[in-house]
This record gives sequence, C-alpha cells and structure tokens, in this order.
Amino acid sequence: MDLRTRLELKAEILLPGGPVDGPCLALSAPISFWGGVDPKSGRIIDARHPERGRDVAGTILALPGTIGSSSASAVMLELVHAGRAPAALLMDAPDAILLLGLVVAREMGWSTPPAFRLPAAEQKRLAGRRLTVSEQGLIRAE
Amino acid sequence: MLELTAEERATAAGEHGEGAAMAMRIVAEAARLMGAPRLIPVASAHIDGALYHGDSGTLFAEKLVAGGAKVAVRSSLNVGSLAPAGCAAIRLPPHERGMAGRMMRAYEAMGCEPSWTCAPYQAGHRPARGTDVAWGESNAVVFCNSVLGARTNRYGDFLDIACAIAGRAPDYGLHRPENRLATLLIDVTGLSLGLRRSDVFYPVLGTSLGRTAGSAVAVIEGLQSCTSEDRLKALGAAAASAGGVGLFHVAGVTPEAPDATTALGGIPPRERIALTPADVKAALAGLSTAGETDRVDAVAIGSPHLSLAEIDEVEQRMAGRRLAIPLYANTGRHVLAPLEAKGRRRPLEDAGIVFVVDTCVVVTPILPELDGAVLMTNSGKFAHYAPGNTGYAVTYGSLGECVESAVAGRLVREARAWI
Repeated sequence: MDLRTRLELKAEILLPGGPVDGPCLALSAPISFWGGVDPKSGRIIDARHPERGRDVAGTILALPGTIGSSSASAVMLELVHAGRAPAALLMDAPDAILLLGLVVAREMGWSTPPAFRLPAAEQKRLAGRRLTVSEQGLIRAE
Repeated sequence: MLELTAEERATAAGEHGEGAAMAMRIVAEAARLMGAPRLIPVASAHIDGALYHGDSGTLFAEKLVAGGAKVAVRSSLNVGSLAPAGCAAIRLPPHERGMAGRMMRAYEAMGCEPSWTCAPYQAGHRPARGTDVAWGESNAVVFCNSVLGARTNRYGDFLDIACAIAGRAPDYGLHRPENRLATLLIDVTGLSLGLRRSDVFYPVLGTSLGRTAGSAVAVIEGLQSCTSEDRLKALGAAAASAGGVGLFHVAGVTPEAPDATTALGGIPPRERIALTPADVKAALAGLSTAGETDRVDAVAIGSPHLSLAEIDEVEQRMAGRRLAIPLYANTGRHVLAPLEAKGRRRPLEDAGIVFVVDTCVVVTPILPELDGAVLMTNSGKFAHYAPGNTGYAVTYGSLGECVESAVAGRLVREARAWI
C-alpha cells in the first residue's frame, strides 16, 4: 500500500477545539509527561524514551499510552502557558490527569489544544505525515 | 454519563462567584473524563498543589483567589517550595522564589491551613473511617486510605484544590467499596520476626509492594504485633513512590482488614506472593545507588515528615554527641513548635542537626551542590527521588546507621543478623 495516499480517519472527541493542522509526531512508546517532557521547551527529556530529543510543540501528538503521574497536568498547563504545547492530542486511552491540564488551561482563558481518542494501531498510520483535524475529529493526511 | 445536581449546575454557572464556578467546572470535567456517574460530598482535603513547578500554577491559584474562591471543607496544605518557618536556607533563584511565595500565599488566602506538611495525619488531620475525602500527595493518600480507612483517590495538582472549593469529588475508584478489596496477597510469614520488627524493613517492604502491586490493592499477611504508625507511614510512602499504590491492607492491623479473607472480600487472591529473605535483600540493595563507598556527605531523614517520636529516637541515639556532617531533619511546624517550647531545638541544632520545616530536601534546592556527593537516608521515598531531584547518589540504611554515619562522617553499618 502506498502510505502517501490520502487518508481519512474519524476520532472521538475528548476535549473539543480546532480545527488544527500540523505534522504528526506519533510516539512509539508510552510517556510520562512528568519527568518525560520539559515543560519550558516541549522537548522529550526521558532518557529511556525512543523519541528522546523530539519537540512536541505544534505537533499533532499521538500517544499510544501514558504513564500516570499526578503532576502530568501541571506539565501540560505549563506547556500551554509557555506556548510549547502540541497543536492537538490523539490518545489511545484518555488519561484524565493529563487532560485536566488542558481543562485548567481552558479555564485560564489560554488557547488550548483539542484532544481526541484514536487507537494506537491507527496512530501509527499517521506517523510523520502532515495532518488537518476538524472540530468534529475528522483527521485528514495529505 | 455524568449527572450534576441542580445546585452543582448553579455553582458551575457562577451563582457563588467565578472562583467557585471554575472549581466546580474542573471537578465536573474530571468526573466526565474519568467516567464517574456523579459527584459526592467530601469531608476534607489535603492540598499538594502549592508546590511550585512553574509560573502557570501560581497564576491558576491567583485566578481562583481573584474569583473569590474559598475552600468549603477543612483543607491542610502539603509542603511548599519555601520555608516560611525558617531553618534551612533554600537556593531558589529570585524569580522562582517570588512566584513560589505568591503561590503559597494564594493557597492560604483561599482558607487552607498553613500546615505545610506531607504528614497531615500526624498534625491533627485524621478523617474518620469510611468518610470520603479529597487528598493529594501520594504518601498521605495511601496513609489516609490504608491506616485511617477514609476514602480518597490520588488527587493531583489542580483537582485537589478544585475539590476542596467545590466540596465535591468524582465518584469513582477508591471512593467505591468494591474497589477497596485486595486482589493480591503478600505473605511475609517466611521472614524472621527480628526483621519484621525492625524499622529498616518497612521502606524495603514498601518498595517491593510498589513494584509488585502497581496500582492494585494488596493485603499483607504476617505483620500482626510488628507494626507501629511510623512503620506503616514508611511502608506506604515507599509503596506509593515505587508504584501507583493508593491503598494496602495489613491483616489484623489496618481497619478494613480484621483478617486477610475480609480484606479480599472472601474471594481468592488473583495472585499470592511469599516474600523470601532473598527478595528482601534484593529490594534492600535496590534502594542504594551509591555502590561500594563509605563516602557520606549528608544525611537526610523525614520523608514523610518526622513525628515527634522519631525525633525522640534521633536525640536518644545521638546521646549528646556532635555530628561530623549535616543531618537534615525534615519535619513540620506541628513537631518543631513543641520541640522549641521544651527548649530542645537549639541543642539539637548546636549538635549539627539542620531542621527543614514546611518543605523538604527533594522538592526544593537545599543540599549544597557537590561533585559525586552521597546522601544517606532511612527513607524509601528519599532513596527513590533524591538521585533525580538532587543529583546526590543514595546509600540506604537504618536510622541507627544514619545517626552513627553522621557522627563518624562516613558510612557506618550495623551487624544485620536477619539477612
């Protein structure tokens, strides 16, 4: 199959927002935002993570899993405040603590990325491609 | 599907001010994301959110204050990044110091008690068995659930204060009795009684429990007549830092476990693990990262914060001797005040103890920056976090070994009959 063909996927809305576009950074392993992502720069700093050194800012960030930390929400809020948050989140399973950072950012009146649910297997098909995501969760890869 | 009461909806719409509305909306959104069907009233809160991680947290707290938010229930505060009660010097840069101070004042302005301790349960905040509460700080959560038998999930940043203001929490997880039953049985009857009755065992057992259980609920068999409150405190703190443990039971000791069968709800455990002396030895070795060295630059005790009984023991073991290296004693105002009143603080400081009050050495920069430095501790939680947060390698030992090493200025080991 030609991976460069146009692709359309429908994702469930977790937190509404958008439309947004950006390159898809599809992580190949679960991540803990606390201690795994630098809240000031958006860089992945977990020494053991396969995507270490990549920058989540402005990406459509696809998360196959998250490792729960009760401070993940603080890291997410700090990323939004610093202008280094992803443009949107695609999550295999909703992580309420991580998403709470976005809920609080919205309450602060800050521009907040939307979040959608998309199975890990489908996330892989989007890796590295440029995406647009509609408010209804329609994902298009060019 | 989440359903809010008319009163909750009115609060979220702003009937009691914008701060109260913001808090109720955050609790409701968290409930929706967690799949909770409703909110439940909570009797108290313990707030971990006043520790500075970045400016956004300060701005959030100040927005709540500006919106007139006040806590609806008794709310104690966990450690902050500064030490308003004095003692150890903190090396935070000026901007961070200013923002951390503003954050601490904002939480106090909302009516939270300036307890500034990670052991609120030893500072007079002990919710009754069976009551629903919203607590943050993993060691406080596990103590509250396991030792007091009150019910809380692990409430993290933002949600803890939002629940305290709303007086509500999402009805899910450990608030529900069916999720409090053990599914895992850990049998320690194969270990010597001497080991089970030693303080040094409990952080080791906790580390092993955290690695094995993850976030599952375990019941431990074989600790009847071996535990004390401070030992259960050390066990829970180590378990909550090594894994996601929010609740454990100890058969014949903790309130929901008159025996293992009751804690398991009469259902056979999904898994049964018998700890061997070799398992304990491996978990013990895993707590130290410094390797074979007798170098010790500093000793830190008190994670969770020391009780008065633990300070008594330090004082007895020092027996009037001076320390060659600093011993950082992390504790709260609830312990420092009675020490001060009895005239005991100054002599301990003159002998080389550095009190760290309202905060602790792994959450804010207190330890001096030294190349290749080694920290000795009797705390499983310090052993877990110190290497990443302070840059110090760790040597784990008993309280006796910590005091003797501080006196000698190098590692001193006791004979260990039980290994």
